[in-house]
Amino acid sequence: MWSNRQAFRNGNRDGIPIALGYFAVAFTLGIAAKSAGFTALQAAIVSLTNLASAGQYAGFTMVRDGASYVEMAIMILVTNARYMLMSSALSQKFDPQTPFWHRLLVGYSVTDEVFGICIGVPGKLNPLYPYGAMLLTVPGWTLGTYFGVVMGNVLPARVVSALSVALYGMFIAIIIPPARKSRVILGLVSVSMVLSALLTYVHFFDFIPSGVKVILLTVVIATAAALLFPVTEDPYSAVRGEGSEDDKAKGVSAS
Amino acid sequence: MMKEHNIYVYMLIMAGVTYLIRVLPLTLIRGEIKNRFIKSFLYYVPYVTLAVMTFPAITQATGSPISGAVAFVAAIFLAWFGAGLFPVSVISCIVVFVIEFFI
Repeated sequence: MWSNRQAFRNGNRDGIPIALGYFAVAFTLGIAAKSAGFTALQAAIVSLTNLASAGQYAGFTMVRDGASYVEMAIMILVTNARYMLMSSALSQKFDPQTPFWHRLLVGYSVTDEVFGICIGVPGKLNPLYPYGAMLLTVPGWTLGTYFGVVMGNVLPARVVSALSVALYGMFIAIIIPPARKSRVILGLVSVSMVLSALLTYVHFFDFIPSGVKVILLTVVIATAAALLFPVTEDPYSAVRGEGSEDDKAKGVSAS
Repeated sequence: MMKEHNIYVYMLIMAGVTYLIRVLPLTLIRGEIKNRFIKSFLYYVPYVTLAVMTFPAITQATGSPISGAVAFVAAIFLAWFGAGLFPVSVISCIVVFVIEFFI
């Protein structure tokens, strides 16, 4: 496990691209918040307390449509349910001795991206790593929303378009190195993308909200993989620990 | 029930539900899971989730599906040959920015 200092510094480093992408995405989210009647401050508070793109977007839409409180709660539950899976997976990256308050705080930061980089950490997770990332990502997300409401469409569409792939680029950088080392993960990633495309482009599935599609696919594919390719004692060492120093020097597992 | 919904109640519900979803598994699952199936399942979850969220969404996030698709291929290529998080991410953005000048 990394030392506290090392973990925090690495978190900072890996938080930079996330914060940049967040700013751009949150900016467009701010525009949606404004049309739902939120002030800049209210929208920023929602971002600060939610850190959830699809969930917030759905929430803003519910406010705009004057949905009931129960409908709102169910909608948030459905659009954010994937975080439950991510948190469960992340619980296994914690040293069992990790104090309770760290779990309460790291729990707040489980976004798609921060979860992604945490999973990329070799060995057990030092909570200082997500904190280092949060220090940048949370302001990026919150301020992006604020400025989205205040400035609307001042950022050129071309820039927003370019920045919006930052997050996906990062996801790719997280899943490809292990896929290169393990045929199972390579197959899994390919199958996931093909089925995801299928559910997106075949109009028959249009009635399923996109957040639910993510959960459905994750549960189905990960279950099949767990049945077909059960992992050995310490699964993470299979793709990370055995990497050469050369591999550790670059990319995700750099220390 | 009130006729007019209060925006701050909405905000409280959004924050509360979102936080509980995230924090409950982290606090309830304290130890290491021994069951081989659950262990394998949770091990595969991140790769599947991230892959599902990336494609085809990356082609829909940009101004044109073409720029998104090229960025997708470029990112895989770079990551395959060992580029880290930040370079892959930034180069993807640059690829989109440049390609959208031509379409």
